[in-house]
Amino acid sequence: MLQTIRRYALMLVVRPVARLLFGLDTIGTEKLPTQGPAIVAANHNSHVDTLILLCLFPSHLLPKLRPVAAADHFDKGGFGSWFSRNIIGIIPIKRGGASRHEDVLAGAKEALARGEILVVFPEGSRGEPEEMTRFKTGVARLVEFCPAAAVTPVYLQGAGRSLPKDARLLVPFNCTAVVGDPISWSGSHHGFIDELRTCIEALKQQAPPLRWE
Amino acid sequence: MSFELFGTSVYIVYPALTLGFVGVLALLVLGSIAALVLPAMQPGKWSDLGPRMRSWWVIVLLVGGALFAGWQATAILFALISFLALKEFLTLAPTRKEDRLIVLLAYLSVFINYGLIFAESLFDDSYQIYLVFLPVYGFLIAAAAMAWIGRTDGYLATVGIVHWGTVVCVYNIGYIAFLMRTPDAEAPAGAAGLVFFLLFITQFNDVAQYCWGKAIGRTKITPRVSPNKTWEGAIGGWLTSAVVFYLLAPYFTPLQPVHAAIVGLVVPLTGFFGDITMSAIKRDLGVKDTSRLIPGHGGVLDRLDSLTFAAPVYFHLLAYFAIERF
Repeated sequence: MLQTIRRYALMLVVRPVARLLFGLDTIGTEKLPTQGPAIVAANHNSHVDTLILLCLFPSHLLPKLRPVAAADHFDKGGFGSWFSRNIIGIIPIKRGGASRHEDVLAGAKEALARGEILVVFPEGSRGEPEEMTRFKTGVARLVEFCPAAAVTPVYLQGAGRSLPKDARLLVPFNCTAVVGDPISWSGSHHGFIDELRTCIEALKQQAPPLRWE
Repeated sequence: MSFELFGTSVYIVYPALTLGFVGVLALLVLGSIAALVLPAMQPGKWSDLGPRMRSWWVIVLLVGGALFAGWQATAILFALISFLALKEFLTLAPTRKEDRLIVLLAYLSVFINYGLIFAESLFDDSYQIYLVFLPVYGFLIAAAAMAWIGRTDGYLATVGIVHWGTVVCVYNIGYIAFLMRTPDAEAPAGAAGLVFFLLFITQFNDVAQYCWGKAIGRTKITPRVSPNKTWEGAIGGWLTSAVVFYLLAPYFTPLQPVHAAIVGLVVPLTGFFGDITMSAIKRDLGVKDTSRLIPGHGGVLDRLDSLTFAAPVYFHLLAYFAIERF
């Protein structure tokens, strides 16, 4: 029931509104995974990024799509938590403050084992709008755990201008998503995230120039 | 005009407009057949034609439907088109981090600009306000608001960009919607006929230029801005459009023959300049298309380029020569 509502809300409300406000220009969406387990990794500038990534997939895959999101931001309890977990479909992840023996990736690993498609932002934080920061190794540890899940790199541009961190106003701008070829586990954590980062930076060349200073 | 259809008599108020629309639909059918046949005959060469024709169907049915439904629907459709065009423009043009609020104000101008088309009963004559609102007051408000925000580096360039975008995408395109407020009695095919004729002649001019250029084009006209355009194509297309305009003008416009000849010569020419202006902007910004919204065509601005210049000139000439309302 909830899944049906989510699917129709995406098709009839969320996607048309997102197209109106953010254009959703896409390049290479045929490279996106069509079944799980799989991981989609993108650079992160704005809360709008998650919305754009969810809109890229056909709506029948929505129940399988699980954005991995910061627990300190989206899982603070109450209605917000319920909405993030059940409507957006997030998997909460602890940032910092976790004890040594606790596996913060446990939730994400279970999702991969269930054959779901994880949506991750390896930067770990939105940071300065339209600037890419260091990648964390979590995504590499997830592929190491589940080598069957290839990582599809996506370069996102423009959402940081529409809704940057700490902004109160949403301003419509066209956003672009460029999807690259999936990459598989290479045997080294740092080697893997370096390769992923290089891929996403290369995809930037296909997006229209961004002039925003 | 009236005829019998399945035992009921059908009245056609504007035969020329109906015939024109049927003609456009016939062209679409021909184009769609070509899009099915040509890729099969020459694989790989015509891959763009299918999506291009499908998009044409959507454009023609949307605009045709709005013209049929009346001035309100036309104003709402073109307000949406203006918003999408302005969003494309402000996405590609350089703006600064401090300008987000100004960009939001620019979008607000779409509501005010098109609101003035609805607000006839609110003001004595909202057309007078429409004429000055964006060119003068939009200019003043943008300049003052950006000075108030306080970042001075890049001020002049950005304030120019914002005003340029609102005038081209909102004010100039808004004339198309305002033309629908011409009293129907003032034109042989009603207000919708005037708008249909503008859209028809600018698109026809694009096609005519392309055909003449393909047939006899040799000398490049603007090698750095639009390398595919030639003198032969531009002049051939221009004169062909002028003749077609002159011949069809009595069915769509209230223009006298001399005036029809003048408008027929001027409007395709402005369309040409709108086209190369948008090409110059795209080259400056380093893009081929302004977005990927319309499959096979590119962005809204790619499709509107000649209209952004032709619409206000066509409107003003009609107002000057013939239409009492404006």
